Amino acid sequence: MNGKAATKVSNSRSIKVDYLARVEGEGSIQVKLKGDQVQDVQFGIFEPPRLFEAFLRGRHYLEVPDIVARICGICPVAYQMSAVNALERILDIAVDPAVQLLRRLIYCGEWIESHALHVFMLHAPDFLGFPDAIRMAAEHRELVELALRLKKIGNQLMIVLGGREIHPISVTVGGFYKVPTKADLRALVDDLVWARDTSIAAVRIVAGLDFPDFEQDYEFVALSHPSEYPLNEGRLLSNRGLDIDVSEFNGQFMEQHVKHSNALHCRLRERGSYLVGPLARFNLNFDKLPEAAQQVARECGVAPPCLNPFRSIVVRAVELVFACEEALRLIAQYEPPAAPRVEAPVRAGTGHGASEAPRGVLYHRYEIDEHGLIVNAQIVPPTAQNQKRIEDDLWRFVPQLTALSLDKITAKCEQAVRNYDPCISCATHFVKVERIP
Amino acid sequence: MLVVCCGNPDRGDDAAGAFVARRLREMGIDAREHSGDALSLIDTWQGADEVVLVDAVVTGRRAGTVSVWDTLESPVAGRPRIGSSHALGLAEAIAISRTLGGLPRRLTLYGIEARRFEMGEPPSKAVLRGVERAARKVYEHCIDQRRPAV
Repeated sequence: MNGKAATKVSNSRSIKVDYLARVEGEGSIQVKLKGDQVQDVQFGIFEPPRLFEAFLRGRHYLEVPDIVARICGICPVAYQMSAVNALERILDIAVDPAVQLLRRLIYCGEWIESHALHVFMLHAPDFLGFPDAIRMAAEHRELVELALRLKKIGNQLMIVLGGREIHPISVTVGGFYKVPTKADLRALVDDLVWARDTSIAAVRIVAGLDFPDFEQDYEFVALSHPSEYPLNEGRLLSNRGLDIDVSEFNGQFMEQHVKHSNALHCRLRERGSYLVGPLARFNLNFDKLPEAAQQVARECGVAPPCLNPFRSIVVRAVELVFACEEALRLIAQYEPPAAPRVEAPVRAGTGHGASEAPRGVLYHRYEIDEHGLIVNAQIVPPTAQNQKRIEDDLWRFVPQLTALSLDKITAKCEQAVRNYDPCISCATHFVKVERIP
Repeated sequence: MLVVCCGNPDRGDDAAGAFVARRLREMGIDAREHSGDALSLIDTWQGADEVVLVDAVVTGRRAGTVSVWDTLESPVAGRPRIGSSHALGLAEAIAISRTLGGLPRRLTLYGIEARRFEMGEPPSKAVLRGVERAARKVYEHCIDQRRPAV
């Protein structure tokens, strides 16, 4: 069991997963049990601390979308969107509605890519009893092929709008460097129709999995927009009365350093841990989902409030339906903008932006000087916000498992962490090669 | 032949693959830069007869060392997750592709030994020297394949 250790000394048991597989990035979880009592839970992120906030200082604001796209290989669009939202607030730029539409459309591409990967390749093996997608592929070839095709369709949207499938290069403050023609987008329609229909079928498949009996009293936090399921705009809402403009983020939330993690933990100042991501969006914005998504969710017995984090795999599949349906709606409406981008004179100021990354709310704040250079940057990713909540889930979930073997407890803890699809660092990769005799 | 060079140019030694791609293009070889995302790799090499992959690797050798593997003959084993942010990597891509039946006939990996992966940092001098060596080896590999058999 590579990177994992389960030990028993007297009546104390310690479950340690040093290298948490099937999450994006570097994470570890450590759970200490004494008898049947949980003594400690630590979810650690041991990637080097994010250097991007410092790295951005002194750079021109126009460089920001391309730099922050490099933070994450899975959700570069989210980083770009939160950044341009913040910077456009400083410069008082109102973008063309067609540009807003294209931003929403490229975000759909990212959601399709990310959710297809997580639902089928990362999370499904837990429910189906496989250690990984490779072993799952041998018996559930159809799921892997479905994931590959869905992800490719998401990639195509990214290529048409962003110039390439990863780290898009066409997004800028005020709009896009290049916008697609109507024909470029129409060429994607057949694939998106297939993706939507397949996603509806996928909701039914994953809704039939076995879910642990585990519900929690969460504070869900998500963006909310009067008429749209949240992607790139809205106020920050929660089910416990939070209703603020994005610019009030630091007044309500605080980041804290904890010893066992290199990423800051984020808490609501008054109430502690909270949950961002698909479950939060679904529970707070169900009525904004397209009818096809609402209908299949209801049919599968998933409706707000959904309080079981293991059912997030179903909610992600519902959001896949949304992303495909929304992409089709946007393509049908699209008329190219009069100009791909608008410019505005530089002025000093501070701006806040947020958008809904596949894993949840991503907040950015920038301060720029009169030359347009970044003075300060603050980036609060969704996984940092969920860290404390992940620990809280494990504190409450592990007592249900104490009759199991340590290996089984370990596997269940990993599954519980993957409920959050944590995106821990992203954007580096290399291989360690071993020769097998 | 398809030449695919994986890596993140803004993350220390992980830039090795991207730098090799750029060097190869200067030498007249059509080399693609790629994020290394497993599912996308499977799609990229689908239908190709021969593929050359270039990537940063960690095997414990000296930084910048260039190693070559015939990945279909000597499987690229799984590894501890340390350092990687990709949920699925090259080893998984090969294994899944093998299961689904989409592997190329030949898949050669040129690995450049890497050590440092800080965000926003350039690759080390040792790795840059490795990039040059790897580019020459891949160039020769490609030229050899183009020569008619005698």
